Amino acid sequence: MAVNCSDAPSFRNVTMWTTIPRRLLIVTFPPFKIRLIAMNSLKGVHVRVVLTFASITLLSGPLPAESIDVSKPLQALRQVMPHGEGHRAAMSAWQELAQADAAQIPEILEGMTGANRLAMNWIRAVVDSIAEDTIKSGNGLPTDALEQFLGDRRHDPRARRLAFEWLERSDPSARARLIPSMLDDPSLELRRDAVAFALEQASLLADNGMKSEAIQKYRATLSAARDVDQIEAATKALSALGVEVDLPAHFGFLTRWKVVGPFDNSNLTGFAAVFPPETSIDLEAQYHGKLGKVAWTDFTTDDKYGMVDLNRAVGKHNGVTAYAFFDFVSSSERNVELRLGSINANKVWLNGVLLTANEVYHTNTKIDQYVAPGRLNVGSNEILVKVCQNEQTKDWAQRWQFQLRVCDKTGTAVLPESQP
Amino acid sequence: MIRILLFASFLYGPATAFADWPQFRGPGGTGVAAKANPPLTWGNAEDEENVIWRRDLPGRGPSSPIVIGNHVVITCSSGVEQDRLHVLCFDAMAGEKRWERQFWATGRTLTHPTSANAAPTPVSDGNAIYAFFSSNDLICLGLNGDLRWYRGLGNDFPKAGNDVGMSSSPIVVHGTVVVQVEAQGDSFVAGVDAETGETRWRIDRRPEASWSSPTVLSRDGADETTVLLQAPHGLTAVDARDGRELWKYDASCSAISSPVVSQNRIFLPSNGLTALDMPTDSTSAQFAWNASRLRPGAGSAAVHQGKIYLVNDAGVLVCGDTATGEVLWQLRLEGRCWATPIVTDERIYVFNSDGKAFVVQQGEKGAIIGRSDFGESIQGTPAVSGDALYVRSDRHLWKIASKGPSR
Repeated sequence: MAVNCSDAPSFRNVTMWTTIPRRLLIVTFPPFKIRLIAMNSLKGVHVRVVLTFASITLLSGPLPAESIDVSKPLQALRQVMPHGEGHRAAMSAWQELAQADAAQIPEILEGMTGANRLAMNWIRAVVDSIAEDTIKSGNGLPTDALEQFLGDRRHDPRARRLAFEWLERSDPSARARLIPSMLDDPSLELRRDAVAFALEQASLLADNGMKSEAIQKYRATLSAARDVDQIEAATKALSALGVEVDLPAHFGFLTRWKVVGPFDNSNLTGFAAVFPPETSIDLEAQYHGKLGKVAWTDFTTDDKYGMVDLNRAVGKHNGVTAYAFFDFVSSSERNVELRLGSINANKVWLNGVLLTANEVYHTNTKIDQYVAPGRLNVGSNEILVKVCQNEQTKDWAQRWQFQLRVCDKTGTAVLPESQP
Repeated sequence: MIRILLFASFLYGPATAFADWPQFRGPGGTGVAAKANPPLTWGNAEDEENVIWRRDLPGRGPSSPIVIGNHVVITCSSGVEQDRLHVLCFDAMAGEKRWERQFWATGRTLTHPTSANAAPTPVSDGNAIYAFFSSNDLICLGLNGDLRWYRGLGNDFPKAGNDVGMSSSPIVVHGTVVVQVEAQGDSFVAGVDAETGETRWRIDRRPEASWSSPTVLSRDGADETTVLLQAPHGLTAVDARDGRELWKYDASCSAISSPVVSQNRIFLPSNGLTALDMPTDSTSAQFAWNASRLRPGAGSAAVHQGKIYLVNDAGVLVCGDTATGEVLWQLRLEGRCWATPIVTDERIYVFNSDGKAFVVQQGEKGAIIGRSDFGESIQGTPAVSGDALYVRSDRHLWKIASKGPSR
């Protein structure tokens, strides 16, 4: 036997340390043919190939994989939990699953449904590995089955996107054939591609003088878009065609707030401190603030991204805390996401329940920086935002602000009855 | 038979033909490739002067390439939210892509526009690749791309992260992957079992942003278990096997550039640069000297043959004496450098963030003997293997070497 996978070196023969693709090494030793399967070892894939002076040929061709029972190893991957729990079982299960035939990729993708975010990545890696090896070996992927999987929106959005990406590798026509119909797709990555395609179409219509058709196309595109850059592109194009878009309403930013402050945040104590608005909301009350008595006042932002500048609303201070309140009237009981952007330390409550708390000052900010799921009641819902400013005096540390929108899990605005 | 052997060698490439560059700043984290002889100038497109190959990358990232045998590994991140993570492996000789794995980030992905989720440099122990991202996703892959394990440290600790981006690069010490995750939220250093991905130990750190990378404290290049953790409040030495604190050195340190260990000294970016003599027992390192004029900018210092080389925030390459901290010479270059200089026996290779490269001849004074321009931003420190540079620019991975038989 001229192939040795042990770790102990031997120099009796011509040796070569190398790394080989899983399942891809065949050693022929006429009249025998030996397939290396030792790569299941946790030790990895370093293999010492010992070439004797016998007639040995290394072929870099794949063995046809066989269908295996994927249910048990998939279950092991799905049981990976935080802090490394489930790793040992998952490691051997991954190697077992990687032996599956490419025809089983849809079955493996199915395993992503309901999987946690860690398990999703374990499963994704196995799909990528099988698909990549299959293509490298010159074989095709199961394009019909992948397209069928992609077309079923009950599957996990990320699993469908992955199916699309491998489908496209085998069938370059898939993009033009399938993407245009995905403007409302639950996969935001597929939807993004569809929006990009629609923006190009709308631009062509505008370039050809078909103004009303272009406006119609841009409106549909804007309605579908969820990413800021694409929303801005559609809005700008519509503006050029004479159509103005209410961006805060499109995003679902809340713009009409009650604000109160400043309360103290000297030495960063304000973030943990419980000031009266956290205990109960009384819009008629007066409180002892950092610099004297404070009361709720109205503040409406005209920023197109709903940014509430507390330096304007409350006054320019350092080492302070402010609260903003919004009475969100909902016509239905429903799950929503409260999405906050703030460069300051912050907390958000919905109906007295703390949804998110972030004690971070002046790193960065963006729309939807902090996403917190919550549930709206029918009728009035109290949204309370706490924003703390620290005592840094440098120019770049003077922003004291937040923006908040309510939307569903795909980013579609959920507007209050009390704000058009 | 000879033909077969040659064929097999061509296919798989014996690792001995290439010198490994397994981590951020290379072996030992010193930025030194002593015997390497990369070219002095090169072009900025494939098939141009001394460009052996150039490959498109599917995403961005300030991370550096690493080299393990004939494998060149690089990380990228892509997507409108920078939440798609890529680990790619290229054949060092031919530049062909061997494999690519993609994942979905489980932690925070927001970074400053000039950075990206793929900021930390991966590390390898020769057996596996450990790729780390700003989102605190830690991925272990075999050299053939097989997934060994996947940890979402940002998933486990959702407040871990910094929305301008994290960039500390991991190291592997005695079978433990050490990651330094220091931010205003969940702030910690963890030792993760390289074999299984399970946490061996975790120590809380001050909730204070730091981008420095952990460094092994190696005496005379020996195999050691002590890891240095630099943060704005000082330097802490811990045992990689259990996370036990061994000693501390209180000082105001840079939050960005990392310490260098060489010649039994620790060169700490503190008030410029502070040299510490390694402790011989469990007591703290001892102060040797401080040089305020040896002040690294965003990159770190490189130390070789009794000299320190660093680029300061003004884009000046400064050479200092490791024995005294005396500045020996200075040379004004251009722009700002995020990359740490690469030092050979003869030259210093400097790469600025505009993509310009300078080759400086060592001597009584530094002298520029080569200039090149990649035409796109460079933030990662290049890797060196043999006489080749592996450079990661914003959108490409390059192999730069003389187009002769000796490469």
